[in-house]
Amino acid sequence: MNLTNLFKIAIRALFRNKMRAFLTMLGIIIGVASVIAMLAIGEGSKKSITDEMSSMGTNLVMIMPNFQRRAGVSLGASSSMALKYTDVTAIRNEAASIASVSPTVNANGQVIYGNQNTQTSIYGVSEEYLDIRKLKIETGRIFNDTEMRSMSKVCIVGQTVVDNLFGEDVDPVGLTIRIKNLPFEIIGTLEDKGESGMGQDQDDVILAPYTTVQRRLAAIDYINGIYCSAVSEEKSAVAIEEITEILRRTHKLKESDEDDFRVMSQSELLETVSTVTNILKLLLGAIAGISLLVGGIGIMNIMLVSVTERTREIGLRMSIGGRGKDILRQFLVESMLLSIVGGIFGIIFGYLIAKLAGTLLDMPPVVASSSVLLAFAVCFVIGVFFGWYPARKAASLNPIDALRYE
Amino acid sequence: MENNTIIEIKGLRKDYHIGEVTVHALRGVNLTIREGEFVSIMGVSGSGKSTMLNILGCLDKPSGGDYLLDGVDVNTLNKDATARLRNKKLGFVFQSYNLLPRTTALENVELPLFYNSKVSSRERKEKAVTALEAVGLSKRMHHMPNQLSGGQQQRVAIARSLVNDPVLILADEPTGNLDTRTSFEIMELFQDLNDKGRTIVFVTHEPDIARFATRNVIFRDGKIQRENLVSERLFAREVLKTIPVENIEEFDA
Repeated sequence: MNLTNLFKIAIRALFRNKMRAFLTMLGIIIGVASVIAMLAIGEGSKKSITDEMSSMGTNLVMIMPNFQRRAGVSLGASSSMALKYTDVTAIRNEAASIASVSPTVNANGQVIYGNQNTQTSIYGVSEEYLDIRKLKIETGRIFNDTEMRSMSKVCIVGQTVVDNLFGEDVDPVGLTIRIKNLPFEIIGTLEDKGESGMGQDQDDVILAPYTTVQRRLAAIDYINGIYCSAVSEEKSAVAIEEITEILRRTHKLKESDEDDFRVMSQSELLETVSTVTNILKLLLGAIAGISLLVGGIGIMNIMLVSVTERTREIGLRMSIGGRGKDILRQFLVESMLLSIVGGIFGIIFGYLIAKLAGTLLDMPPVVASSSVLLAFAVCFVIGVFFGWYPARKAASLNPIDALRYE
Repeated sequence: MENNTIIEIKGLRKDYHIGEVTVHALRGVNLTIREGEFVSIMGVSGSGKSTMLNILGCLDKPSGGDYLLDGVDVNTLNKDATARLRNKKLGFVFQSYNLLPRTTALENVELPLFYNSKVSSRERKEKAVTALEAVGLSKRMHHMPNQLSGGQQQRVAIARSLVNDPVLILADEPTGNLDTRTSFEIMELFQDLNDKGRTIVFVTHEPDIARFATRNVIFRDGKIQRENLVSERLFAREVLKTIPVENIEEFDA
């Protein structure tokens, strides 16, 4: 029997029982759809998180004060004063693998313009901060050295702040707002950056010279953190070592002392995050895989029922010249058609589900061609594997008994 | 008439082993069937006639003896070769028709040709149509079995047995599920086919039906008890004229 005849026979046999064929396929459709959707959602969330983090700059290195213990006693808040502007200078002068450095001083407060007001974060930074965080000026300019030294009350505002205070499509450059009751002149606005991977609005921010924020708004003599960019992503690890060495020295820490600061690189963080999201993806895939397995068992179940129900048909086919292997092939092709056609529908549905989930979760799903290929291969294997036993059973029937089967 | 020998059987035996008991279903059967014969096989239950038909149909292997079908020694063939032999040389008709459900008459008749890769799909269809015409069902080619009467279903089954142009048609109680009139109509069809040269062997336990054949073979206890040419042969066409046509669904349809 040639291949065309084989497929015709199998397709006719399946069409004789459309409802049953469809229900059997449904198991595979659901299994494959969930595998595709879950992997796409897993991959999508991984991608959106890592993309977000890379957009902050993969060569970003952050330094934060560390809660420190000395002789078993937590020094608590005092250690958050560990970083000084001198650390910034030391890193800028000594660390070879660092390209730019900016201190950050944080303040929160009410911002007022006319009868509008909003609560936002004010970051005191140096002009290098924009480069380090990959921020861009939309209109206006960034503050200069003179303004930095003279603690000028100038600021750059993010889009959310603009929207909240002035309404949309207004260029606020040149206007004066009040931050914690001090008048600040707006000299520039930031380009839209959107939400961060963690769901934080990155445009709800005001940047001002760190000197101004430190002295006039926060009234402190330390800084809250240091942002640096390594010369390249590969150099981040070296940069961490250099910074640790420099800061331990300038902080005059003894051999036995713990660091009073923490150095993190974005690429390190990225690795940690992708490890976590990979595990998540695997878990989602595994759960979906189980439903695919159940679908496969469904095929075997129906094929077994089908062999019993069609015993006389098998007997007839044998009596009119069907060989054992023809019968075996027919049932194998039937189960493979069920699983592969089910697989194709599953891939389509999985894709649609992933799309839908993507819109609901506001995250672009990534349907990897590898997962489509995998799902297809798995369907093929399921068809053969779960079809084999029933097909074998059908082929080994004795035609005389099969013809007399009631 | 010097006709070719279709079946030549010598000293045929068949033993079944059920547990430790051996049942001798056939104990040395000699039978020769020539081309163009219309042979009935009769016998009570357990006489060995079913076993005989299974062996004739190459569905079962004898335990001993020789069986030549159209010059081929069946005993020497393996399973696949016997399947091919069935496909090329034999046509089967069953008591319960054995048509595939939810499949049109045409597709049912096509079925044997699917197992012959030399037949193209066009040829397959042409042959099936010709076979259905030969049994007088050309108008019901696209009907499903459940839309056909018993007699019509049996005609489809006969068309299926004809489609591969076999040297021998084997029928196992072909009229067993049919009423008298329909039985005679089926026998009329068989007689027509026989007139055109088909060799037909059928099993029946109704002596009336056996009288349509040209030769009767009666089995008893695994042996041929009696074998005789039919002296007062009945012709179905004539007999049918004597039976009134009333409430026969086949003619309503």
